Amino acid sequence: MYKYLLATRYLRTRFIALASIISVMLGVATMIVVNSVMAGFSVEMKDRLHGVLADVIISTASMNGVADAGRWMDMIENIGGDQIDGMTTSVEVYGMMTFKYANEPITRPVTLVGIEPRGKASVGPLKEYLGSFQDGLRDPNSEPNWELTDEAKEYRENWVFRGSWEETAEPNWPEFDGTPEPASPVEATDSETPNFSEGTSPAVTPPKDEIVNPFLAQEAAQEKESDPTAPHKGRAYIGHGLISYQMTDPKTGKMVDRLMVRPGDDIQLSTVNTAMPPGPVSLGVTVVDILKTGMSEYDSNLVYCNLDYLQDVRGMVHPGTNVRDFTTIQIKLKDYSQAGELVKKLRAAFPPDMFIVQTWEDKQGPLLAAVEMESAILNVLLFLIIAVAGFGILAIFFMIVVEKTRDIGIMKALGASATGIMSIFLSYGLALGIVGSGVGVGLGLLFVSYINEIETGLSWITGRPVFNEDIYYFSEIPTMVSPWMVFWVALGAISIAVLASILPARRAAKLHPVQSLRYE
Amino acid sequence: MPLPQISAVSIQKSYRKGELKVPVLKGVNATANKGEFLSIIGQSGSGKSTLLHLMGLLDSPDVGEVRLDGQRVDNLPAKTRDELRNRVFGFIFQFYHLLPELTLQENVLTPLMIRHPIWTYWPRRKHYREMALEIIEQVGLSHRLKHRPSELSGGEMQRAAIARALIAQPEILLADEPTGNLDSETGGEIMDLLHRLNEEQQLTIIMVTHDESVAASAHRTIRLAQGQMENVEEAA
Repeated sequence: MYKYLLATRYLRTRFIALASIISVMLGVATMIVVNSVMAGFSVEMKDRLHGVLADVIISTASMNGVADAGRWMDMIENIGGDQIDGMTTSVEVYGMMTFKYANEPITRPVTLVGIEPRGKASVGPLKEYLGSFQDGLRDPNSEPNWELTDEAKEYRENWVFRGSWEETAEPNWPEFDGTPEPASPVEATDSETPNFSEGTSPAVTPPKDEIVNPFLAQEAAQEKESDPTAPHKGRAYIGHGLISYQMTDPKTGKMVDRLMVRPGDDIQLSTVNTAMPPGPVSLGVTVVDILKTGMSEYDSNLVYCNLDYLQDVRGMVHPGTNVRDFTTIQIKLKDYSQAGELVKKLRAAFPPDMFIVQTWEDKQGPLLAAVEMESAILNVLLFLIIAVAGFGILAIFFMIVVEKTRDIGIMKALGASATGIMSIFLSYGLALGIVGSGVGVGLGLLFVSYINEIETGLSWITGRPVFNEDIYYFSEIPTMVSPWMVFWVALGAISIAVLASILPARRAAKLHPVQSLRYE
Repeated sequence: MPLPQISAVSIQKSYRKGELKVPVLKGVNATANKGEFLSIIGQSGSGKSTLLHLMGLLDSPDVGEVRLDGQRVDNLPAKTRDELRNRVFGFIFQFYHLLPELTLQENVLTPLMIRHPIWTYWPRRKHYREMALEIIEQVGLSHRLKHRPSELSGGEMQRAAIARALIAQPEILLADEPTGNLDSETGGEIMDLLHRLNEEQQLTIIMVTHDESVAASAHRTIRLAQGQMENVEEAA
């Protein structure tokens, strides 16, 4: 009984021990905040990685694809029908994209994916990534499709008519004087994107309607006659990172996003067909939407275009039967924990020389593993902070034992055993650990719930933004508090406190009663 | 002839200071019967406190034995000796040695708190508190229950120490220069209290002192000089 009375009494009366409580508390709070923020980022990142990929991906070994997606998808249904929530097929190939900005052609390498929007939306988020939905220009309940929004149509009409008016105007209209045209007054927004056709010389850019694939030239010519503002047959969603850049707005001093291409513009895509060796194909497409997934890996690489058009252009349609080739099937499962099993079964059914079957985690394995490792290392480092606090406790307890030498002598004279004395100090360490951890957990959780306010405050104090929204694509700092994490951190801190008190406690236990009583 | 309640037989004890061995007791015998008031007197350095400590099992003799009712007790395992100290002996010291973080009442209760683990103590805490109150009244400190030692005078602290020594209902009270730090009047009060306890409750008291007049008030006196006994005197 005396042990607990003394341990708690020492806790109340010794302020120096407060110093060690504070260090435990800070260590615990830091671990909780850092782990929560890292977990939050990690979850967000995984969501976004996952969103584009779906749960299970089957890709063909050859870029030219395999025939008849329908048949293979039926086979998948047979193998795992009840587990499957959605399926879609696509064609993935590499290519180059060219567009005009400020009178100059800009070319970028891209991953060109032909998709069927409704199918793609059934295996993962698509609407959420499209600019027109994000900005509220489309009805949120409508399905993603390849049609232009009204705003995009209006924008397109404007630059088409401007261009055509220029063609019929007096030829002394300056062709190019080297400077970008000022923003056109017909544009409703503040974008400085010059129109595609202003200052265009036919020698620099192929005319917007010219398409190399002769198969389609006929149709294109017909379109031109009927409605000059009609978009191309080819439609695309372009990754945001491909056609935008950051600059400091001279008026406000803040970093802003500038788009070089907007829905309604035309761009040129070049890729290869399925001949052996592959020959080049070129297609003009109309931009329908901007794709913003939040992962720069995707936003700076992906161009989605309409699947059947891509198949037509590349020569992936079998004449006569109209059977089409595909390179990828994406599957969404009702329960992802079943994925491993399903992949095994599918690998048995899909010949491995033709197909590769993977879960999305298999595909992104290295990236995910790197994040895990980062997290583990960080935890080790942060735990060292608490270990340092432990040494503080060790030192302070030694001091206290020395200070209490006479009292220990009295207690032994009164009949206290050596183990009893030892447990006074062990209990003291435990009590310190519990108080420090408890307050640390409280502080950490408080910090995490108000982290955005704190970030604002810090940015105001230091004069520069701590968390730049545009870079990270998040509007708020993502956090995720895991109860197990909190538990382990608290337990770890308490253990360190108890461990640190062992040595001083043993020393106290071994004190000789007579010598202790004489201690001055 | 009944066995003496406590006896120290042929005690030799030395202390080590580094390489040097300093002999403190060089063959001392001392006994006390039940209800006796024994005083041990000598100069400082004569070994009288050491003898007291050995008799109270706070330390072990190098040579010789300590016996309780004829049974040897100095070679018992540590745990048993701890219990004996808790139940059989009561200690009071020159510098009181109260625990500064505890109140008077808690200090008095300390031996009981040491004796009983928490699960035995907690249900009977009220009973123990009453016992403490009784004894605190006996020593005249009821008005100081909740005070800390730093708020008590020397005399009050010594009385509190006596109360603490008594709550365990010991058979033998060992006092190491109890009046050494007190003025003569307060010292006298303490001595009166001790005599009263000795007479009323047949409490055996062994007291170490260097004050002749204080020693003289005991039943018997043992005189030590340089670690050896000089003679044993009866009180007048």
